[in-house]
Amino acid sequence: MHSFGYRANAVLTFALTILALMCAIASFSDNFNFPSPSAEIQIVGFNGFKKKPHGNDEVSLTMNITADLQSLFTWNTKQLFVFVAAEYETPQNSLNQVSLWDAIILAKEHAKFWIQTKNKYRFVDQGSNLRGKDFNLTLHWHVMPKTGKMFADKLVMSGFRIPEEHR
Amino acid sequence: MDWQGQKVVELWMQVMLLVFAVVAFVTGYITASFRTMMLIYAGGVVFTSLVTVPNWPFFNRHPLKWLDPSEAEKHPKPQPQAVASKDKKKSSKK
Repeated sequence: MHSFGYRANAVLTFALTILALMCAIASFSDNFNFPSPSAEIQIVGFNGFKKKPHGNDEVSLTMNITADLQSLFTWNTKQLFVFVAAEYETPQNSLNQVSLWDAIILAKEHAKFWIQTKNKYRFVDQGSNLRGKDFNLTLHWHVMPKTGKMFADKLVMSGFRIPEEHR
Repeated sequence: MDWQGQKVVELWMQVMLLVFAVVAFVTGYITASFRTMMLIYAGGVVFTSLVTVPNWPFFNRHPLKWLDPSEAEKHPKPQPQAVASKDKKKSSKK
C-alpha cells in the first residue's frame, strides 16, 4: 500500500473479485424461483401440403399460440427465448423435431401473450412421412440470465395430426 | 503514506467494498432490480477509491522519523573498496 498505483490496483482487483462473487450469488438466487408457466396451442388450419416425387414432404399451417410465461422472469433474467417445435416419429428417426416458430421476450409484461401466426420456419420432413402423421407441438423456453446459469424447460402438447392429402 | 496509514487504508478498503457489495446485493434483490445492485456497487467502488487511494494527510499522522542530516554526516556511509578486485577468486578455465 506504499504508493498510489499500488493502492489503486488493490482497490480495483478486490472490487472486481467481489463483483464476480456477487454475480455468482445472483445466479444462484434463480434456483429459488419456482415458475408456473402455462401454454396452449391450437391449429387453425393447414394451408398447404407439398409432396415432391423425389423430395421431402412439406406442410404449411396456421396456429394460435397462447401462453403465460411471466413466472419465469426473475431479477436476473435478461430475456426469454421461446420456440415451438413439432415432434414426431418416423421409421428412419425415433425423434424428429422441427422448429416452427420462435420469439424473444424481453420483458415480463410481454410474457403473457396470444398470437395467431403461420409457421415462421418451414415444416419439412426428411422424406415423405407427413401424410396423416400424428405429432406433438412442444413449447420450449430458455430463460437467459443477466449473469450465470441458463435454465431451459418445455411443455408438451400432444394430439395433433396432419390430415391425409386431399387435393 | 506512513506505515500506520497504509495498514488503516488496507483495512478500510476491504471493509468498505464488502459493505457496499452486501448493501448493493440486498437492495437489488429486494427491489428485484439488477440495475440497482450494479449502480449502488459502482458508486461504492468509486467512493472507496476516493477515500483510500489518494495520499490524504489523515493517513500520514505517524510519519517516519528519518535521521537528521547533520547527524547523518557524523556517520559516513562506508565506501566500497577500490582495490578489492585482486582478492576475488577467479574461476579457473579448463
